[in-house]
Amino acid sequence: MSAGAAVVTVGQAAVLVALSPLLVGVMRQVRARLEGRAGAGVLQPWRDLRKLLGKEPLTADGVSWISVAGPLVLVASSLLLCALTPVLGTATLDRVPNDLFVVVAALLIGTVALALVGLDAGTAFGGMGSSRHMTIAALVEPTVLVSVYALSIPVGSSVLSQIVEARLDHPATIWSPVSLLALLGLAIAIVAETARLPIDNPSTHLEVTMVHEAMVLESSGRDLAWLELGSWLRLGALLGLLATLLAPWGVATEVTALGLAVAVGALALKLALIGSLLATVEVFLAKVRLFRVPELLAGSFVLAFLAVTASYLVAS
Amino acid sequence: MASETFAQLVGLSTGVLLLSGVLLVWRRSLHAQVALLATQGVALAVLVLVLGLHESDAELLAVAALVLVLKAVVLPLILVRTVARLGVGVREETPVINTTASLIALSMLTMLAYLVSRPLLTLGDGPTTTAVPVGIALVLYGMLLLATRRHAVSQLLGFLVLDNGIATVAFLIAGGVPLVVELGVSLDVLLVVLILQVLTSRIRTEFGEADLDDLSELRD
Repeated sequence: MSAGAAVVTVGQAAVLVALSPLLVGVMRQVRARLEGRAGAGVLQPWRDLRKLLGKEPLTADGVSWISVAGPLVLVASSLLLCALTPVLGTATLDRVPNDLFVVVAALLIGTVALALVGLDAGTAFGGMGSSRHMTIAALVEPTVLVSVYALSIPVGSSVLSQIVEARLDHPATIWSPVSLLALLGLAIAIVAETARLPIDNPSTHLEVTMVHEAMVLESSGRDLAWLELGSWLRLGALLGLLATLLAPWGVATEVTALGLAVAVGALALKLALIGSLLATVEVFLAKVRLFRVPELLAGSFVLAFLAVTASYLVAS
Repeated sequence: MASETFAQLVGLSTGVLLLSGVLLVWRRSLHAQVALLATQGVALAVLVLVLGLHESDAELLAVAALVLVLKAVVLPLILVRTVARLGVGVREETPVINTTASLIALSMLTMLAYLVSRPLLTLGDGPTTTAVPVGIALVLYGMLLLATRRHAVSQLLGFLVLDNGIATVAFLIAGGVPLVVELGVSLDVLLVVLILQVLTSRIRTEFGEADLDDLSELRD
């Protein structure tokens, strides 16, 4: 069991490292096509990454070791997040269960590392971006926790693998009102957490509106490559989690070579679908004003909260 | 109908009722709110239809058709016409309390609805009984809308959400009311909406917009 769990855990990280840049590429390509542009191709994020990794980082005067360590911490926490998200199989290591709270903690480590990198160079934009990033993070984490908690109540466990297994066993629960409310809340929270429209525009370079871009403004070369890869991995893992909760079919409950191969194929398909869907919706959205972001996140929190209320009070 | 399918359909339609209630409080644009009210009407009609099919009650099927026509088509159409006649600048609501606060209030109201309906939940454990709190929550949402909105059309929307909530509770607890009573109630609601619509357009011609805060003084 333990060896199989190790294979699944390492495999999830490896597969998501391979797929996440492609997911970003697919989303950019879909958006480009819908806007009438040719687009740079699905492989462009990988090419960018290779180019950036070959360049030495130039740092501003007076930066501390945070600027070097921050990107590595972000990538490490994102890899941990990918390894713990049950996108391929439900086998888990005994010592490190993919418990809901462990996953959210891994998410927060990356968030803090990114914010510190933004603050480190001491520029106005970096500080502004970090401040906004932390504001949004403070509003998002409770929603992520509460919505997955709502899903965990019927299962009786906050371990993500068991939630996915329960949904595989009883597909009818996926369409229950509690599950729909929780997933809707979770989807909004994930969009905010990964800095997509309408919270943050991932392709903007307009100084007053950017959040994520403002934090990585001072980074270059290898450091920038790690920051980008870390953010893409978070996107891949969180969208993978959403897709797995929404359509758990294909996830391997037992570790066999065939099962894992099917799981990888199913994951690629699910990520491509959910990424294209998200990119298509984004074309029709405008970024909301920063002061209206709390409204959106309060809305998603209320949806998640309603899911918890309904499942707890009806069940008891 | 199999009891599992019945439970799922009741759960789904009451879920849509609750969700559209939340979104009604969340959204500010009057057009979106009217669309959500129509969605709520459809969900209520589906709920009545499911109840009617489950109990093989022809009268309930007739009531379902009545609910569908009135709450999903006629009332939203009247509201759409009212909104269309308003000026472009007043198609968005500026509530008395901000959206974040009303959403927090909403979650509290939902908890309250679940807590006060605990005695009702002991009446039975069928899917209809467990869904009763949704109806009470809708009544409370309607009151929240009535209390915090300034616009005359939003007040109307609040009133209709309140009415939807009362109807939901009645259908879930008592399996509906006699057709005659339902007809009477529907006619009442329709008349109230028509009168309020006339009142709204009168307010607009007098004051230029339909903000009820302008009606704070008595004049002749």
